[in-house]
Amino acid sequence: MAVEHPVAAQPGDQTRIHNIGYRSYDGPRLGRSYATRSLYSQSLRGAYGLGRSVKSKVLPMLLFVVMCVPAAIMVAVAVATKANDLPLDYTRYAIVMQAVISLYIASQAPQSVSRDLRFKTVPLYFSRPIETADYVRAKFAALASALFVLTAAPLLVLYVGALLAKLDFADQTKGFAQGLVSVALLSLLFAGIGLVIASVTPRRGFGIAAVIAVLTISYGAVSTLQAIAEVQDSTGAIAWIGLFSPVTLIDGVQSAFLGATSAFPGGVGPTNAEGAVYVLLTLGLIAASYGLLIRRYKKVGL
Amino acid sequence: MYDPTVARLTYRALLGRRRALILGALPLLLIGISVVVRALAGADDQTASDLLGGLALATMVPIIGVIAGTGAIGPEIDDGSVVYLLSKPVKRPTIIFTKLIVAIAVTMVFSALPTFIAGFILNGNGQQIAVAYTVAALVASIAYAAIFLLLGTVSRHAVVFGLVYALVWEALFGSLVSGARTLSVQQWALAVAQKVAGGDLVTSDVTLPTATVLLAVVTVLATWYAGQKLRSLTLAGEE
Repeated sequence: MAVEHPVAAQPGDQTRIHNIGYRSYDGPRLGRSYATRSLYSQSLRGAYGLGRSVKSKVLPMLLFVVMCVPAAIMVAVAVATKANDLPLDYTRYAIVMQAVISLYIASQAPQSVSRDLRFKTVPLYFSRPIETADYVRAKFAALASALFVLTAAPLLVLYVGALLAKLDFADQTKGFAQGLVSVALLSLLFAGIGLVIASVTPRRGFGIAAVIAVLTISYGAVSTLQAIAEVQDSTGAIAWIGLFSPVTLIDGVQSAFLGATSAFPGGVGPTNAEGAVYVLLTLGLIAASYGLLIRRYKKVGL
Repeated sequence: MYDPTVARLTYRALLGRRRALILGALPLLLIGISVVVRALAGADDQTASDLLGGLALATMVPIIGVIAGTGAIGPEIDDGSVVYLLSKPVKRPTIIFTKLIVAIAVTMVFSALPTFIAGFILNGNGQQIAVAYTVAALVASIAYAAIFLLLGTVSRHAVVFGLVYALVWEALFGSLVSGARTLSVQQWALAVAQKVAGGDLVTSDVTLPTATVLLAVVTVLATWYAGQKLRSLTLAGEE
C-alpha cells in the first residue's frame, strides 16, 4: 500500500491498474416501457393483495366477494323464478353497491401511492429509466383496472346468469355493454379522485379517511339537496345539483346516454343537453386528476 | 388520569398542519349546505330534521369520529414512535384516557358545534331540533371516539374497520335489518335526541334506558380494553 511504503521508493514503477475483468453490460436493455409495464402489473396485483402478505389480501378479496355475491343471488333468483328480466339493471348495480366501491378505492388508493411517499421510495423509481408521467400513468392505469375488475366482475356474473336463464340475448348484451361503459368511466373517475387525494398524504390512515369523506359526504350532501329540491318542486335544479358528487355524476351520464333509469329523486335524469355537461365534467375531472398527479410528482421526493 | 403533555402531543398530532383544514372542511360544508337549503327552501322543521339526521349525524359525526379516534393513537403505533411515549413513567390507561378525552373534544368541536350552528341556520331551533341533534352529536362523539380509539390500538387497519362499521353496518345494514339498529351508536344517540326534542320529528328504534346503558357500557368497556391492549402492545414490522 502507498501509505506503508516510503515516498522515495519510486512510485512510478510500483503502482499499476490491474484489469480484473469488469465488463460493461451489453445485453438487451428492457427500457422505459418495460419498467412502466412492470410497475403497472405490480400495482395491479398489489391492489388485490397478490404478492403481499395474507393480511393485506383479506380486505380487497372480501370486498370483491361482497361485490359479486348479490349478483350471484340475483341470478339465482332470476333462474329459479323464470323471470323475464333481471331484478336490477346492469347500469344500476354499481350505484347500489357504491359503499363497497368507495371502501375499496379508499383502502387501495393510499396503499398504492402513500407508502411510496412515506418510505421515500419514489426517488428510487425515478432512478430507473421511467419518467414522472410513466409512474403516474402506471399507477392510474393499475388502480383504474383494479376498480374495473371489481365493478365489471359482478356485471359479468349477471350477464352469464341472464344468458343461462334464457333472457333475451340482444337486450341483455346491449344492457351489459352499456353497463361496461359506465363502469369503465366510474373506474377512471374514482381512481383519479382517490389517487389525487392519497398522493397528498404519506399517512395511509389519513388518506383512507380523506378519500371516503370526499366520496360519501359529497354524495350525502348532493342527495340530501336533491331530495329537498324534489320536495320544493324545483325539479329543474335536481340535475344541476347532481354535478357535485362523483356517484351522481356517473348516474347522470348513464341515465342521459346509456339508457339507465336514474337514481335521482323522482327518477328524473338529466336531459341530453345537461347530460353533455355531465360527460364533459366527468372527462374533465379525469383529465384534471391526471394533471394534478403529474404536477404532484414533478416535485415529490426530489 | 389526565396527562397534559400527552394531551398536548395528541392535539398537535390531530390538528397539526393541514389536518385541521381537512377536519374543518366537513363542518364548513355542512354549514354551507344549510345556508343554501335555508335560502332555497326556507325554514322547515322536516327539512331541518332530515338534513341534520341524514348528513350531520349519520355521515359527518362517524367520519370525524374515525379521523379523531384512530388518529389519536393509530399513526403513533404505525410509525413506532409510540415506544417513546410508552417508555415514559406514565400509566398506559392514563395515556388512553387522555387520548380519549382529546379525541372526544376534537370530535365534539368539529361535529356537534357545526350541527348546532346548522340547526340554527336551518330553522332557528324550532321544536328544539337544533338542540336535540346537538345533544345526539355530543353523545355519539363520546361513544365513537371510544370505539375508534380502541380500534386504533387493536388493528393497523383501524380506519378501514371504523369506516366499515360506520358506513356498512350503521347505514347499509341499519336500513335493511332492523335488528342491526339496536347495535348502532347512531340510534342510541337518536334515542337521547328524541327525549330532548319531545316531538315526533326525531325518532329512534331504541328506548332511552337501553340506549344510555349501552352507550355507557360500550364507552367504558372500549376505553378499558384499549388500556389493556396498550399495556401488552407489541410492535410489529410493516406488514
